[in-house]
Amino acid sequence: MSAHVQTPHPPLRIAVTGGTSGLGLALVRGFLRRGARVAFVARTASAVAAVAADTGANGIVGDVARKDDIHRIALQAGAALGGLDVLVNNASDLGPVPLALLADTDCEDFERALQTNLLGPFRLSKALLGALAGAAREGRGGVIANISSDAAVTPYETWGAYGASKAALHHLSHIWDAELGAEGVRVLSLDPGDMDTPMHAAAIPGADRAALQRPEVAAEGIIAAVLAALPAAQRVSP
Amino acid sequence: MTPARSPVQRPGDARLLVVGADGALTHVSRGAFASWLRPADLVVANDAATLPASLCGVHSRTGRRIEVRLAARDSLAFEDVSFGAVLFGEGDHSTPTELRAPPPEVRSADLLALGPLTARVEAVLDHPRFVRLSFLGDAGRVWAGIAAHGRVVQYAYMAAELALWDVWTPIAGPPAAFEPPSAGFAIDWAMLGEIRWQGAGFATLTHAAGLSSTGDAALDARLPLPEAYRIPAATVGAMQRTRAAGGRVVAVGTTVTRALEHSAQLHGRVVAGEGLADLRLGPATPVRVVDAILTGTHEPGGSHYDLLGAFADAEVLAQADAELERRGYRTHEFGDSVLIWRRPRRTWARHAA
Repeated sequence: MSAHVQTPHPPLRIAVTGGTSGLGLALVRGFLRRGARVAFVARTASAVAAVAADTGANGIVGDVARKDDIHRIALQAGAALGGLDVLVNNASDLGPVPLALLADTDCEDFERALQTNLLGPFRLSKALLGALAGAAREGRGGVIANISSDAAVTPYETWGAYGASKAALHHLSHIWDAELGAEGVRVLSLDPGDMDTPMHAAAIPGADRAALQRPEVAAEGIIAAVLAALPAAQRVSP
Repeated sequence: MTPARSPVQRPGDARLLVVGADGALTHVSRGAFASWLRPADLVVANDAATLPASLCGVHSRTGRRIEVRLAARDSLAFEDVSFGAVLFGEGDHSTPTELRAPPPEVRSADLLALGPLTARVEAVLDHPRFVRLSFLGDAGRVWAGIAAHGRVVQYAYMAAELALWDVWTPIAGPPAAFEPPSAGFAIDWAMLGEIRWQGAGFATLTHAAGLSSTGDAALDARLPLPEAYRIPAATVGAMQRTRAAGGRVVAVGTTVTRALEHSAQLHGRVVAGEGLADLRLGPATPVRVVDAILTGTHEPGGSHYDLLGAFADAEVLAQADAELERRGYRTHEFGDSVLIWRRPRRTWARHAA
């Protein structure tokens, strides 16, 4: 069997969770526009099929909050992309909707926020770390981008479940980034700012949408930060 | 030896029998593996993630229950959803494979309804339980179906059913293996740091480790089946630097050994790219590019044990077996390990890297 021809700049391989709406969908489109190969994850089969058909990205049905789904998601992402350079943990849960004081927050709502915003990203990152470290050894880089929030650092009232889970994710990102430096894998905690997304509408139903950032604009900032964390050879021009 | 029945990849008391190039035997804690490395040595592991390769369903023509165990694939490509597979009849993994009921008689073009998947039998190979099948539908749906419906290939000696996370090694990446490359259970991320601290390097390849047993002597004699592998250019580069600096290549597992030796045999040196390892290694086929193997404790008989003969003479392996037995080492996938340094090359052995 002859040796496989190595292309000098193979396309970036990117997985995005929560990829059927809001920031996640904008990230899927933004990375695709740059020539990347993208797999995305979301819970609703019909929405996944619609976005896959519309964008050409590889859709995976799964819930990052469910432990049983994690390796199934990792398996499909690894199979579809043949490896992984970037994982964006974007899927998030607000906690109680409408937002509530912590004293009025049901434990189940808090648990779901932790499962989606903290344990899910931890588990999926761990399941895909072998692929990311492999990409790093091959000089392609390896980036985990965890989508954070200013609620991770500022104690906003009624944002307790969400804020606490994002604060933990933010801290986890920094510890893991320090631990994985020698493997060549970066772990970023990125705050996109307030955006006009379904989640924002659920949190603040009366917000002036026109004053909010478009998710497509926020996605550009996230993409720029991810590309800046990759080796120079892997950076694709906007 | 006693099987390890608990799915703990790295028990704190895991042991390692080190077989020196001179045949000397040393017992250590497996956590001390990295201390056997020298600067410029290179540890090469298999980063294949394990597929849930057992699919249960119905043989459409007879309506009888059937279990399909995916066992081989010619490539690692996403679009390639054609597999070599071993068939089982009624029953499940709690029955030892050799006692399982035979599958229904399967013919070419038969369909198998496997949960959300439909597979078509392309050919019955040279044994009634060994077929080539293709899944119908687009590749994305097929992988989603395997992920949703497949179960990890189970072992009758285990106390509880294995989940995917039980059998993925810490470094698992591309989903390619049909049974876990279990030698890699020994290596976690902290150990990668220890390997680096010794001045040694770490590299990976992807090798689609196949079934270890089918419960049928005639089929087992064919194992290992040809196994697809991919060697990254970075790994070839790391091996060349290791050779140039006088370091040694330590393969984690029989799969890594097969892939590297197959590439070296085919090309005269290890080259980057995909291949299909169809070689058998043993006492008559000394290894050319691998200097040591870290692997599980394999009992005599079977291809895994034969491969160890490529590293050490039969007398040395017999002494090692006696030591493993006497000291109560645990065997099978979640058992203890051995590290065997290759005997000195004989003058006729070709050197290639």
